[in-house]
Amino acid sequence: MLNNQGRPTQPVEVAAPHVRKTFTGHRALAMEEALIFEVGRAEVTGVDVDDAGEFTPRLGKLERTTPIDLPGLSEPETMRHYVRLSQKNYAIDLGLYPLGSCTMKHNPRLNERMARLPGFGDIHPMQPVSTVQGALELIDTLASWLTEMTGASAVAMSPKAGAHGEACGMMAIKAALEARGEGAQRRVVLVPESAHGTNPATAALIGYDVRPIPAREDGTVSVEAVQAALGPEVAALMLTNPNTCGLFEPEVVAIAQAVHAAGAFFYCDGANFNAIVGKVRPMDLGVDAMHINLHKTFSTPHGGGGPGAGPVVLSDALAPFAPVPFIRKDGQKFTLVEHTQGTQSFGRMTAFHGQMGMFVRAMSYMLSHGGDGIRQASEDAVLNANYIRVCLSDVMSAPFGDKPCMHEALFDDRWLKNTGVTTLDFAKAMIDEGYHPMTMYFPLVVHGAMLIEPTESESKASIDLFIMALRDLAFSVQKGETERFSGAPYYAPRRRLDETRAARSPVLRWTKPKPIAAANQIAAE
Amino acid sequence: MRQENSFATKEITLRYLPLTPDDRADMLARIGAENINALFAAVPADKLLQAPPDLPRHKSEMEVERMLSRMASRNVSAGSVPFFVGAGAYKHHVPASVDHLIQRSEFLTSYTPYQPEISQGTLQMLFEFQTQVANLTGMEVANASMYDGSTGCGEAALMAHRITRRRKAVLSGGLHPHYADVVRSLSQMTGDSVVSMPADARASEDLLAQIDDSVSCVIVQSPDVFGNLRDLKPIADACHAKGALLIAVFTEVVSLGLVEPPGAMGADIVVGEGQSIGNGLIFGGPYVGLFATKQKYLRQMPGRIAGETVDAEGKRGWVLTLSTREQHIRREKATSNICTNSGLCALAFSIHMTLLGETGLRRLARLNHANAVKLADALTAAGVDVVNETFFNEFTVRVKGDAAALVERMAAQGVLGGVPASRLLPHAGVDDLLIIASTEVNTDEDRAALVAALKQ
Repeated sequence: MLNNQGRPTQPVEVAAPHVRKTFTGHRALAMEEALIFEVGRAEVTGVDVDDAGEFTPRLGKLERTTPIDLPGLSEPETMRHYVRLSQKNYAIDLGLYPLGSCTMKHNPRLNERMARLPGFGDIHPMQPVSTVQGALELIDTLASWLTEMTGASAVAMSPKAGAHGEACGMMAIKAALEARGEGAQRRVVLVPESAHGTNPATAALIGYDVRPIPAREDGTVSVEAVQAALGPEVAALMLTNPNTCGLFEPEVVAIAQAVHAAGAFFYCDGANFNAIVGKVRPMDLGVDAMHINLHKTFSTPHGGGGPGAGPVVLSDALAPFAPVPFIRKDGQKFTLVEHTQGTQSFGRMTAFHGQMGMFVRAMSYMLSHGGDGIRQASEDAVLNANYIRVCLSDVMSAPFGDKPCMHEALFDDRWLKNTGVTTLDFAKAMIDEGYHPMTMYFPLVVHGAMLIEPTESESKASIDLFIMALRDLAFSVQKGETERFSGAPYYAPRRRLDETRAARSPVLRWTKPKPIAAANQIAAE
Repeated sequence: MRQENSFATKEITLRYLPLTPDDRADMLARIGAENINALFAAVPADKLLQAPPDLPRHKSEMEVERMLSRMASRNVSAGSVPFFVGAGAYKHHVPASVDHLIQRSEFLTSYTPYQPEISQGTLQMLFEFQTQVANLTGMEVANASMYDGSTGCGEAALMAHRITRRRKAVLSGGLHPHYADVVRSLSQMTGDSVVSMPADARASEDLLAQIDDSVSCVIVQSPDVFGNLRDLKPIADACHAKGALLIAVFTEVVSLGLVEPPGAMGADIVVGEGQSIGNGLIFGGPYVGLFATKQKYLRQMPGRIAGETVDAEGKRGWVLTLSTREQHIRREKATSNICTNSGLCALAFSIHMTLLGETGLRRLARLNHANAVKLADALTAAGVDVVNETFFNEFTVRVKGDAAALVERMAAQGVLGGVPASRLLPHAGVDDLLIIASTEVNTDEDRAALVAALKQ
């Protein structure tokens, strides 16, 4: 079964190459690992805690009466459990991780060390402002780098991730429209069909109706399409630039002008800012608000899905509506504005001051690169992507011809037509070759999309080997060696997993297995 | 053939950039581009910067370390002084093995587990995390984490609105004021209504009187921001009688080792801050939002969820599941716009919780409570007015004069003595209240220093 993007929805039965079974299930360094609930014991603990001694509790009648049901492991057992789990993960430090749109670049370890300085890692968000002047200085410095690189007049630092930043920017827009008396009138947000799912979801989250804008044949958005959708009911356009097809929007300046002429705001999704840092300042293009994914562009680690950080740069028109808290500099002293009274701020995004741990890492990255290195990093990312695009263009199909891309190269699945191999199969075969697959089936406007983002962190030798591996796979497709694909991956910790089964009868937590007698009885019923 | 680079200065060598000038020249030639700017041809020529941004040039590791260490040294770290600051984030001892393990490359430098065959480590960990959170809170299902407790609280209110098809939230006066601000900010955008109860340091508010047929949810925190424990049972019953949901909030997850969990008292959605376990203070983030609910509300829950399944050979494995709730599939019809979560902080939480186990967590919770009781007793003996009847590891005292000024005076003497309530609630008539947290890290000397400072 294929979905409308040509994506298979269930694994195909293909036998694994014959492998001798082992008694333990381990295969040398490839260890099987049970759940902590299966090996841990409630009475075991890996932390020595002092005895509290005698005292009179002050819990009222609310002392816990129920067991918690949490297994414990000693420290050696804990180390082994998580080290074994870690070895089932792919990682940037293991190999090329070409996930388009996700920007899996190297995570410098200096940044980790800096974030763990007690002066940053061990300070409390609510301790007196006089005792955290260095922390406020760091945030203020980071903010000034972000505004310099984007051409913005202000930046809201507190959003916790990209989508949270989107919400922050759109809330500032809504507040600005309310202040102008147009809040009730402007109910619609324009979102191109190629946008990240977070864009329409964000617009809907804060109460807007979403109006889609079609993409052109060449993967970009035309000023005519935007103009046709604009009207007095439109609050904003949310546009990703460089866009999700890896292309710089050539008409972005005219689009911004059209949006402003219609009295609306231009929100830019900055997920792909890493392609243009030091090359173009987004605010020069007419952007009013843009979030910056510090975990993409400025290399804070992705950590298996988070945490991120999503500061939002704002234009003059939106800056007064930025959320609290924000920093003010009073001579050499920093102060914090934590309440909206006496400001036009729309309110608050999160409990405290944002992702300080990520701010330190991003600052460390920026200082290391400098203005010159940041620009070089963008150029290298774009160079690597174009090199891959050109070196694969004779064996794979690119939806938009031989136009240069920005930091990611997009292919579609026309070249796989009638081969019996899908984009998913091709991606899974890459796993056997030691690569993380590229982003697949996104953007939605391209059928069977494969979006390859190498980043600037790869050497030429690494990229050349990657290209050769993909060419070898492509030749295999041409030769009809479908088994290499349909059963892949063969050599990963797991073969293809049944996602349909996971969703149809969800098992989302461990529960104690029923005793065998009871289980038999249930089976008999 | 050497191409001219895109800016006047010569190409730089930098420890993080593997391409050499020769590589770049070869690659440009293979592409057939005259220079790097040929690849930026879609950028309007007048917008393309001709020189690097006006920022300092690149620096060595040593130089960066020197600069940032200087900034860090201007801050007073929690571990260097008698420390009693809480109100939503807590200083605890995190075992050394936790930080070591979360820095394993395979955890630190991996992405969201969208390719499950090579992400089983993260997925199994998330499944274990979800189980730990569900068990701790006494709920049926939990997600794979939110950004933090406060954003989880905002999402919980929206979720309750979707379930009840009502649009009014009632916020307890004991809810952390910043959490309340997050809920109000979102509601202001969506046009949902919010009833905010006045600040309630003695836990004496009458929430039941607020609950009627128009209420979607009541949001109550326990221990509340002033440290009081709240009996959620009567509130849950009153909510359910009117078709409303009870959202239970906590900011100190260690309390669940000693206090009746919200699930056992009838909560429908439980959200909380998990920072205390496995995660440092870090000036407010990144933290980890815990989010749990009843099975019947599963499909309205925001955020990623890991679920069990089998692979093509029948072996047990895990995948991200129920993604039809999420933005990358459902777009504007998704339950939330959330994408990134707090994966690595959830890992830290889960490792620390595994190390503790039931025995360790109960002991830790008991020690926290004991330390707070000892401190409260010492303060009472010194003539300081402790407001709370009940508390876990945090309570409120009434001081003479302005608590904010007092906190500054104590800081000048090298004691970080708590959070003045007025910093959270300006203009609420709470200027003489000081919120004090005491955890396992506090020693007898720390307590003596605080008592002495408060007696003055």
